[in-house]
Amino acid sequence: MSVLIFAEATKGQYKKNAFEAVYYGSQLAKQLGTEAVVFTIGNGSNAAVLGQYGANKIWNQDSSKATDSQVASALIAQAAEKAEANYVILSNSALGKSLTGRLGVKLNAGVVSGVTSLPDTSGTPCVNKQVFSGKGIACYELKSGKNILSVMGNSLKPEVVGSDVAPENTSFTEPSTGLEIIETKTVDGTVPLPEAELVVSAGRGMKAPENWGIIEELADVLGATTACSRPVADTGWRPHHEHVGQTGVAIRPNLYIAIGISGAIQHLAGVNNSKTIVVINKDPEAPFFKAADYGIVADLFDVVPKLTESLKKFKQ
Amino acid sequence: MNLLVCISKTPETTAKISFTDGDTKFNSEGVQYIMNPYDEWYALVRAIELKEQHGGKVVAINVGGSDNDIIIRKALAIGADEAVRVNGEESSSLFVATQIANYAKDKGFDIVFCGKETINYNGSEVGPMIAELLDQPFVSFASKLDHDGSAATIERDIEGGVEVVKVNGPFVLSAAKGLAEQRIPNMRGIMMAKRKPLEVAEASAVDEKVIVKSYSLPAGKSAVKMLDPENMDELVRLLHEEAKVI
Ligand SMILES: Cc1cc2nc3c(=O)[nH]c(=O)nc-3n(C[C@H](O)[C@H](O)[C@H](O)COP(=O)(O)OP(=O)(O)OC[C@H]3O[C@@H](n4cnc5c(N)ncnc54)[C@H](O)[C@@H]3O)c2cc1C
Repeated sequence: MSVLIFAEATKGQYKKNAFEAVYYGSQLAKQLGTEAVVFTIGNGSNAAVLGQYGANKIWNQDSSKATDSQVASALIAQAAEKAEANYVILSNSALGKSLTGRLGVKLNAGVVSGVTSLPDTSGTPCVNKQVFSGKGIACYELKSGKNILSVMGNSLKPEVVGSDVAPENTSFTEPSTGLEIIETKTVDGTVPLPEAELVVSAGRGMKAPENWGIIEELADVLGATTACSRPVADTGWRPHHEHVGQTGVAIRPNLYIAIGISGAIQHLAGVNNSKTIVVINKDPEAPFFKAADYGIVADLFDVVPKLTESLKKFKQ
Repeated sequence: MNLLVCISKTPETTAKISFTDGDTKFNSEGVQYIMNPYDEWYALVRAIELKEQHGGKVVAINVGGSDNDIIIRKALAIGADEAVRVNGEESSSLFVATQIANYAKDKGFDIVFCGKETINYNGSEVGPMIAELLDQPFVSFASKLDHDGSAATIERDIEGGVEVVKVNGPFVLSAAKGLAEQRIPNMRGIMMAKRKPLEVAEASAVDEKVIVKSYSLPAGKSAVKMLDPENMDELVRLLHEEAKVI
């Protein structure tokens, strides 16, 4: 018995989503009185640090095809068998989402993706996840002895509970597949939306794409990631990957500042699990105020630069 | 090209979410259902475009009861050539994926399309399960797809960017925003849909490994604090001292 955690490197480094998965898995291992084995694929340069978040062992397999779901799931399944794992934990990231279902079939295990807390293992285990795009919570009963869980970003705060662990190399068999990875194109600098703790989001109230300077400046001062409403992405004012909501990215940052967004139900569905919501809108009847913690009725073109100034003062 | 598109039924996006039977079931009373937007807007339309380019056919598949036929007819009206409904209750992602993989197994589809996720269970599980059951590559969150008849070049969304991959041979894909533009069915499409074949197949049994035991609603927000627009220092103070988020 053990808990196997698949930790994913982002651009050669283990970061927040890996720490969250490892911490979740190590807390679960502690709860079950067993050990937390971390498995990594490729050459993340700081793998040893995963020990700090509770890994008892770290296994690493060399491969250049870590993002091919057929390769990664085959390697993770071999690691799970070697570790005799009864739980496999992953991040609910783009890669994680392409692996959970595959692993469930491969290991003949139950699958719950996007879990938001540790399972209750006092009786037949059960675990919570968000459903209906954040409008509901479902408690899943885990009827199988083996389960694959992927951890929703920002649902727990990883703590340092141990010290560095030296990774050991494994030599599992890598299958050949019909998929070839050509290249990766990423934007540098900003934290990707699903992982961002601070988000500044703007909607049609901005009137035109050239007005986004004040939003970018506010985001810059805060160290926040920018987002937008759907019509803004649909009309090409902002890139698609910024679109949040029921049919865009679902996020749960610590702070979500909504500027010139009315708060339609489909928009709220993707953001209403944010810890704190600030709404800036000139219409006091805007539905978003009902979902807000702090509200400001004002013209955004006046108030956003003022907020940026106040934040600059605070940061000094 | 021989293309299979998985379509799912979800509550309409403004539907009120509530539960019945001691919070063990979704309360579908008064709820209108739609085709899952990712399936309709992106997966189905891109499949139809590929058929228009290369010839072949598009088959839409749904797992569910006869009340889903209205959604299946819509897929036919948008441009799928034929459809199949596997009759059974869509009780879990494993159940749905098993039925679709069983159907697809020996029919030689070049691509099986799914949506990125359903907007009710948000699992993204069905696509990878089908791929595993068929032992094929899986490309998640495709936002661009070109196919030259033998190989596909795809951009898939990853955190903060895209990964470009090339696939030879059959594969399973999940469709994200950008893959295609939504198509509204026209009158001719709607008329033709009535005459297109809709096959009904029987579901096979699946050994369920997870079941929903109960549902709940997220904790409500306390009342909003309205602040003076002239005093942004106060907002900053509250975010720091009260909310403790900066
Ligand atoms: C199936 C479906 C799925 C959808 N999915 C999504 C989704 O995932 N995400 C999403 O965002 N939407 C989604 N929508 C669209 C959604 O219903 C709304 O149309 C959309 O969110 C509105 O965007 P908005 O708030 O930017 O624009 P609007 O509704 O036009 O609101 C603009 C707001 O800006 C305010 N404003 C204007 N000028 C100023 C100013 N100078 N200062 C301050 N405030 C100002 C106005 O008072 C208004 O409240 C979906 C719709 C459907 C039907």
